[in-house]
Amino acid sequence: MTTTTASSVSRQSGLWAHLVYVLRDNPVTLLSFALFAFFVGSAVFGPLLVPYDPLATNAAQALQPPSFSHWFGTDNLGRDVFSRVIVATRLDLSISVAAVALSFVIGSVLGAIAGYWGGWLDAVLNRVFDTIMAFPLFVLAMGIVAALGNTIENIVYATAIINIPFYARLVRAEVNIRRESGFALAARLSGNSHWRVLAFHIFPNALPPMMVQVSLNLGWAILNAAGLSFIGLGVRPPEPEWGIMVAQGADFVVSGHWWVALFPGLWLMLAVFTFNLMGDGLRDIVDPRRRT
Amino acid sequence: MNAQLRSVFWRILQTLPVVFGVVVISFVLTRALPGDPAVYFAGAMADEQSIEEVRVALGLDKPLWHQFFLYVGDLLQGDLGNSISTGQPVLTDLAMRLPASLELTLFALVLACAIAIPLGVLAAVRQGSWVDHLCRVLVTAGVSLPTFFTGILLIYVFYYLLGIAPSPLGRLDFIYFEPPRVTGFYLIDSLIDGDPETFFAALRQLILPATTLALFTLAPIARMTRASMLTALSSDYIRTARAAGLSGAMVLFGYAFRNALLPVVTTLGMVFSFVLGANVLVEKVFAWPGIGSYAVEALVVSDYAAIQGFVLAMALLFVFLNLVIDLSYTLIDPRIRFNAK
Repeated sequence: MTTTTASSVSRQSGLWAHLVYVLRDNPVTLLSFALFAFFVGSAVFGPLLVPYDPLATNAAQALQPPSFSHWFGTDNLGRDVFSRVIVATRLDLSISVAAVALSFVIGSVLGAIAGYWGGWLDAVLNRVFDTIMAFPLFVLAMGIVAALGNTIENIVYATAIINIPFYARLVRAEVNIRRESGFALAARLSGNSHWRVLAFHIFPNALPPMMVQVSLNLGWAILNAAGLSFIGLGVRPPEPEWGIMVAQGADFVVSGHWWVALFPGLWLMLAVFTFNLMGDGLRDIVDPRRRT
Repeated sequence: MNAQLRSVFWRILQTLPVVFGVVVISFVLTRALPGDPAVYFAGAMADEQSIEEVRVALGLDKPLWHQFFLYVGDLLQGDLGNSISTGQPVLTDLAMRLPASLELTLFALVLACAIAIPLGVLAAVRQGSWVDHLCRVLVTAGVSLPTFFTGILLIYVFYYLLGIAPSPLGRLDFIYFEPPRVTGFYLIDSLIDGDPETFFAALRQLILPATTLALFTLAPIARMTRASMLTALSSDYIRTARAAGLSGAMVLFGYAFRNALLPVVTTLGMVFSFVLGANVLVEKVFAWPGIGSYAVEALVVSDYAAIQGFVLAMALLFVFLNLVIDLSYTLIDPRIRFNAK
């Protein structure tokens, strides 16, 4: 008992030292974690803290440039852009987190089954994923939302579906190479069922590369969802959301009212940037060989 | 040569299951319409009887597999249904607008490759220099930039502030006439017509949307070029080539670059997926009359036949582009034979 505790402690401190080493080597990763905390913070507390009601219109204050009372200016209906941008964080993050979580779970299950048992199921699933990947993914998402109906849930489902192949392939590969490994066979011999070996002995090995994929995917999911709402799918107009705010602001850019579109676009970009940096940083921590 | 021809033929055969899968998915999408399609297509004023008539006319009363065969039969005849908003067959609409999209996409891709590949090579050769840092910044920023946002920024800077760019409305300013249609590509058609003025007008309209698309496309290509160039440069055969006293340019372009090109061409497949998607957004921003903005307009009025036709057309285009990429492999790398697997 004592030996296992000691070894787990030393392994943990080893991981910690590695973490510190990587973060010191690459302060950008640290910055990305800080930004991530900022976005989560504005998603959770944003609606409580913003100075104005994001939906309150004020015709007298329409299209005001950024000033001390309206940091990001006001839009054509006199709504405060800063409040809307901050409040929108919750919706944008929820859509992408929900979509990525869905594709993570479904992709893991399908990929693990395909990788562990192989056979015709593997072949069929592979064909299905090939077919999904044969579509330009954003276009497929458009088609799915158009077919299922124009709601926010369907944006989530569409984004999840187009992401499933990435997860399933990753898990399949990780499970497949460990299917016959010593520890898996030993676990089988000690009387564990197939499902138990798969879920508790083999699958956890796929988690570190999955985390990298999740982080990179979150950025992409936000872009995707914002793109869909930019072309008028999903989110309905009065609701603050970055993509739709950029779409509305686009009409005023040609007349020089840059702030209506700039700030939501900037926030969207910053969020995607954060997740991409975090993904790269996580990759450095998880798999030092693949650093570029 | 015969073996090569056979491998090309074999590769073309391999796209058939993919095309079949694409058709199945697009069939599923047509049948997944919210509510009863017969009610939808019969219109708002329909009673029980006319809904039933529409159901029979559309073949919706038959079992699903039978409906699928009818669907495939229609597709083979080029029948994608009629668009509600334009009243024309969807295929005609798509064919009319496809050249506009292709002109934009291809121009953007060429632009992206022309910038990204030299940049990636330079970044790898001068690792750690300012070119390398520039490459890294561009790569990270490029994948984070929402295309529609970049487009709007470019419009603001180059149209509103500087006044260099023409107004972001379509392919040609209204003071010019469309060149007579030969290929549908304005740049080519105006040259065939011998009309340099229209050519430059079309080019001016094209530059901003193409730059927007290229900025987005550039990132993965530059990243891959840099990475694969680094791998190639650190390999044994490059050391051997250097030791044998070959000139720097010969080593770089004759050996390293040619080998580094393969992974780059592979990434192009993924890049096409992004470009075709981003194309829709860029077309909307610049009011570009391609198939992307056609689909966006169709979405607004729930014109399902048009959207599904668009999705199918994009998928087939993507499959075709991937086929072209794979076939170009044989030209770049004589080692590859498709029947090897």
